Amino acid sequence: MSKIAYRDAVRDAMSEEMARDSRVFLIGEEVAQYNGAYKCSKGLLDKFGPDRVIDSPISEAGFAGLAIGAAMYGLRPIAEFMTFSFSFVAFDQIVNNAAQIRYMSGGQIKIPLVFRGNSGGGHQIGATHSHAPEAIYSSFPGLKVVVPAFAADAKGLLKSAIRDDNPVLVIENEALYGRESEVPEGEYLTPIGKANVLQPGTDLTIVTHGRSCWTVLEANQELLKMGIRAEIIDLRSIKPLDWPTVFASVRKTHRLVCVDETKPFAGVSSQVAAEVQRACFDHLDAPILRVTSVEAPMPFSSALEDECIPNVARIIEAVKQVVA
Amino acid sequence: MTQKPLPTGAGILATTLPMPDYGKAPELSRDDRLEWYRLMYLTRKFEERTYQSYQTGLIGGFCHLYNGQEAVAAGTFAAITEADPVITAYRDHAHGLMRGIRPGPAFAELYGRATGIVKGKGGSMHYFNVDKQMWGGHGIVGGQTALGLGLAFATKYLGEQRVCFCYMGDGAVNQGAFHESLNLAQLMKIPVIYVIENNMYSMGTAVERHSAPVELYKRASGYDMLGVRAEAQDFDQVREIAWTLAERARKENLPAILELMTYRYRGHSMSDPQYYRSKDEVEEYRKFDPVEILRNRILSEGTVNEKDLEALEDKVRKEVQEAHEWALASPYPSQSEIYTDIYA
Repeated sequence: MSKIAYRDAVRDAMSEEMARDSRVFLIGEEVAQYNGAYKCSKGLLDKFGPDRVIDSPISEAGFAGLAIGAAMYGLRPIAEFMTFSFSFVAFDQIVNNAAQIRYMSGGQIKIPLVFRGNSGGGHQIGATHSHAPEAIYSSFPGLKVVVPAFAADAKGLLKSAIRDDNPVLVIENEALYGRESEVPEGEYLTPIGKANVLQPGTDLTIVTHGRSCWTVLEANQELLKMGIRAEIIDLRSIKPLDWPTVFASVRKTHRLVCVDETKPFAGVSSQVAAEVQRACFDHLDAPILRVTSVEAPMPFSSALEDECIPNVARIIEAVKQVVA
Repeated sequence: MTQKPLPTGAGILATTLPMPDYGKAPELSRDDRLEWYRLMYLTRKFEERTYQSYQTGLIGGFCHLYNGQEAVAAGTFAAITEADPVITAYRDHAHGLMRGIRPGPAFAELYGRATGIVKGKGGSMHYFNVDKQMWGGHGIVGGQTALGLGLAFATKYLGEQRVCFCYMGDGAVNQGAFHESLNLAQLMKIPVIYVIENNMYSMGTAVERHSAPVELYKRASGYDMLGVRAEAQDFDQVREIAWTLAERARKENLPAILELMTYRYRGHSMSDPQYYRSKDEVEEYRKFDPVEILRNRILSEGTVNEKDLEALEDKVRKEVQEAHEWALASPYPSQSEIYTDIYA
């Protein structure tokens, strides 16, 4: 097991799958000659050539639709959004075509397609560039949505997504690209739809995903000093979501805090809270609390932005309330 | 209301670049030509029965008829092979019937039955028959233009030397997805032909009220692409022009716009009272009926006699009536079907 950066794990996943299957190709803005806006496709042009690593003009609806059409025909495209905030320019293609053509064709068509790219706030890039879109896309049946937090899953989930016969959105995070963590040697796949227990615990359950996993782990250092042992669950996959793992944990700890970077209204945490109160009502000893982004567009100033996404202070405050 | 141009028989009306020369399209055999006539006639009779069924409440939702435009689908399909992918918008009954969807499953889909071509999950706007490279049937105006680009890209990626014909109405030319697709097609040299079925109206908005340049083929100029405007009531003319563009796409991976000037006799959809045009205008166009034009030519050439042609037409009318009855007798889908075909 060696430590590698998240962005290199993304690249390794694409490189291995492109070597394995000639139907896999990469298209997106700056993915080829520039080596990726976040260097996730570094070296791939040299390795696979311009027919399979394709620079698109800034034309999200166009290249997203191209990828969907190519997937309908039997290729296995990886389409990179420089950031998922730009995926909204291609929203019609994703939610009407990628998500629904299989259904509307009565099952005649498969769409083995990956949309992947950066997401999230925290970098002073303003409201238009800071969206965490996983809750939005998870509300469309036909799509799968995964959000890797660590290098191993950045590789393993992406490889699984490329081999999946459905459209899978792999939502990465700019803050994580440079972070190193352990990745098993050789072939490594993370199953889609399986959560990961980052730390077993008994006092409460914290359900989180994506970049917030790191923030929760940081907060956990404080919680441990306070004698609070949380069971921390990284969802990894938002759609489908691993309900059995979440329910089993809450039935054990009887308390739940949800932490994630989506908005408070109809966000991922909203969904988790609704399902847990239904399935685990008799097991709950406290109200479920949520720590999410706030009900405002993302401001530019770092003094404001730091308060708008889940941070250590807000997590600890919520945990204290729930275990009180 | 502006007077619409009537067909002149000229065929090609204008191009943005010189029309390429690949010689003449291969001759269609007598039987093949008769089969295209049969499919045009079938489409006309299918749509007439569909009109009645809609009026009597057998069809719910949206429904867009093809009457008057038959030579567009038939003439262009006859220029390519069934290995070449086609994709269109929601006025898709003709494209489905001419790419292998039997009238029974076609009616059953309109009636929301389990035996429908897409199991009652798509309806009128979403005919698919992937076995014959018919990739839909799409409901969002212009959305399919990027998909057609992707289908064509895939054929090139796989080295198949195929061409994708992507159909759209004149109302789709102002959508962003279309312009993005044009740029990508020319930039990446993708063998896709965008066939604009210009029936003069985007729903109820006439071309001159929806497009700053009313000559829609000129949209190609902005992308250094070949654009061709042609008349579209004559099957043979349409086929010849479409064949040339298909050859060019196959041999040189070059896309094109083919704007075909046509006319729909019925409203945009079934709920259209057609306040925006006169009955006289419609009657003027009925004098250039594509089904009649091909029928008269076949008879004048003497390869088929009137009696045999009438027998063929009788058979089609009977087939349509039987298909309608079969579809009506078909069961509705079971409730469990709601949750199938969502994921592969």
